[in-house]
Amino acid sequence: MRDAPYPERPDPSPQPSPERERGPGASEAGEAGYNFAYLDEGTKRMIRRAILKAIAVPGYQVPFASREMPMPYGWGTGGVQVTAAILGRADVLKVIDQGADDTTNAVSIRRFFARTSGVATTTRTTEATIIQTRHRIPETPLREGQILVYQVPIPEPLRFLEPRETETRQLHALAEYGAMHVKLYEDISRHGHIATTYAYPVEVAGRYVMDPSPTPKFDNPKMDQSPALQLFGAGRERRIYAVPPYTSVRSLDFEDHPFRVQEFTEPCALCGASGHYLDEVVTDDSGGRMYVCSDTDICETRVAEAAR
Amino acid sequence: MLAPGFADAVHDAQGTFRAVMDALARPGLLQRLDAGLEPPAPLTSELAAIALALTDADTPVWLDAGLAAAPEVAAYLRFHTGAPLTDDPARAAFALIRDPARCPPLSRFAQGTPAYPDTATTLVLALDAIASGEGLRLTGPGIDGAVRIALTPLPEGFVAQLAENHAGFPLGIDLILTAPGRVAGLPRSIAVTEG
Repeated sequence: MRDAPYPERPDPSPQPSPERERGPGASEAGEAGYNFAYLDEGTKRMIRRAILKAIAVPGYQVPFASREMPMPYGWGTGGVQVTAAILGRADVLKVIDQGADDTTNAVSIRRFFARTSGVATTTRTTEATIIQTRHRIPETPLREGQILVYQVPIPEPLRFLEPRETETRQLHALAEYGAMHVKLYEDISRHGHIATTYAYPVEVAGRYVMDPSPTPKFDNPKMDQSPALQLFGAGRERRIYAVPPYTSVRSLDFEDHPFRVQEFTEPCALCGASGHYLDEVVTDDSGGRMYVCSDTDICETRVAEAAR
Repeated sequence: MLAPGFADAVHDAQGTFRAVMDALARPGLLQRLDAGLEPPAPLTSELAAIALALTDADTPVWLDAGLAAAPEVAAYLRFHTGAPLTDDPARAAFALIRDPARCPPLSRFAQGTPAYPDTATTLVLALDAIASGEGLRLTGPGIDGAVRIALTPLPEGFVAQLAENHAGFPLGIDLILTAPGRVAGLPRSIAVTEG
C-alpha cells in the first residue's frame, strides 16, 4: 500500500475471536450463521437468472428483486449482489473504488466477502478472477476468464432526458436514441465539443444504448472487444445488465466530432507512467498539487519494479 | 425412493451456474458440467443439474413429451426445486428437452416482449454429443470472430429456426445445450449458419 494520498484507515471495530469466526455451523471458511457469500440460495438463483438473460441480450437492463444489504444503497449494493451470486470457492476477488484497492468502499467490500465466503482476495489485477469496481476499469488489460463487476448508481442512460421508466422502456424497445444524440449535440453547440466526461453513453453490439456506470470516458475504449465478461449491478434501481466478452462497445459520437478521451499533459508523479488515468492530489494549501495514477495496483507494481 | 439432489447444495449450484454463465458468455465453447446427479430416467444428469441450480417456485418449467410421460421425473423436479410444471410452452421460464428431434417449434415458447425481452423462455436441450471446431458457424457477442459447433443429433430444420429466432432479436428464446459432462450456450444474440 502506498502511504499517500489514500491511507487505509484502521478498523475501529474489534476483530472477532477465531472461535466466533469458526463457530458451530460455520461453513469451512465463512462467518458462522451466514450462508456462503451472505445471500440465501433463493436470492442467488433469482440474480443468476437475471445475469443469464442480461448476457443473452447485451446492454439490456434486466429487472431483479434487489435485496437489502448490510450497507446503504449507493455504496455498491448492486455490485455486491452480483458478486455474491457468481462467487465460488476457487475465485480470487479484487475490489477497487475509483481505481484504488485501499479506499473505504473497496476495503469494506473486500473484507465483507472475505468474512462471509472465505474466498481469497487480492489487490493484483492479474491474480483476480472477479474484480468488483466502482468507477474505473483497471489499466492492466483484462484476460479471458476474468469477470468485471461494476457498481452502478443509475443504470438508465436516458433517465435525465426522460424520467418515466415506462417511456424509457419504449425508447429502448424501439431503439429510439435520438434524444441522446441531441444531448451530445447540445454539448457541442454550447461548448464546441462533447463535454460529457463520465458515464459516457455507449452502444452495445449495435443495439442497446447503455450507461457504462460513472467511469471516466477514458475507460470506454477498454470495454470494446474486452476478453473479460462485464456485469453491471444497480442495487437501488434494481437492474442488472451485461456485456459479454468480445462484444462491440461503441461510444456515441458524430462523424465531425469523433469520440476522444482525455489526455494528460504530464506523467504519474509516483511511477512515471503516461497513458494512465490520473487523479489530481492537492498537496498543500498554497496551490501545490500532483497527478498520480488512479489505479493503485499498476502504480505500486511499477514503483516496485523500478526500485528493484 | 426419491433420487437425491446436489450433494453440496450451495457449491454444486454455484458450479453449475458458473458453467452455464460461461457457456452463454462464450457461445460455442464447451464448458465442463459434472454435478454427479443420478436423476430418474429419462432426465439426464445435466438437465437435472441446471434445473436444480436455476429453477424454483418463481419459474414455470415445461417438460417435453418424453420427460412429461415419466411421473418420477416430475416428482423429482417438484421435490428438489418446487418449480410449477406447465403444459404451455409460452408460459415457461425454462423448458427441459430430452428429445431435441421432437422439440416443438422454437416460436411456440415465450419470446419476451419488446419492453421486457428477458421474459423469454430458456430452453435446455439434452444432446448425445456436442463437438467444437466443426459444424455450424456461430458469430455474435461473446465470440472472437467465429466459432464452429456440431450438434448430435441436429433436428431437421433447426438451423432455419435458429436463424428466425436470431432475426427477432432482442426477442427470442435462449438455448443451453448439454451433452454428457458438457454444456454450451446459444443465446438469441448469436447468428447461426450452415457451412
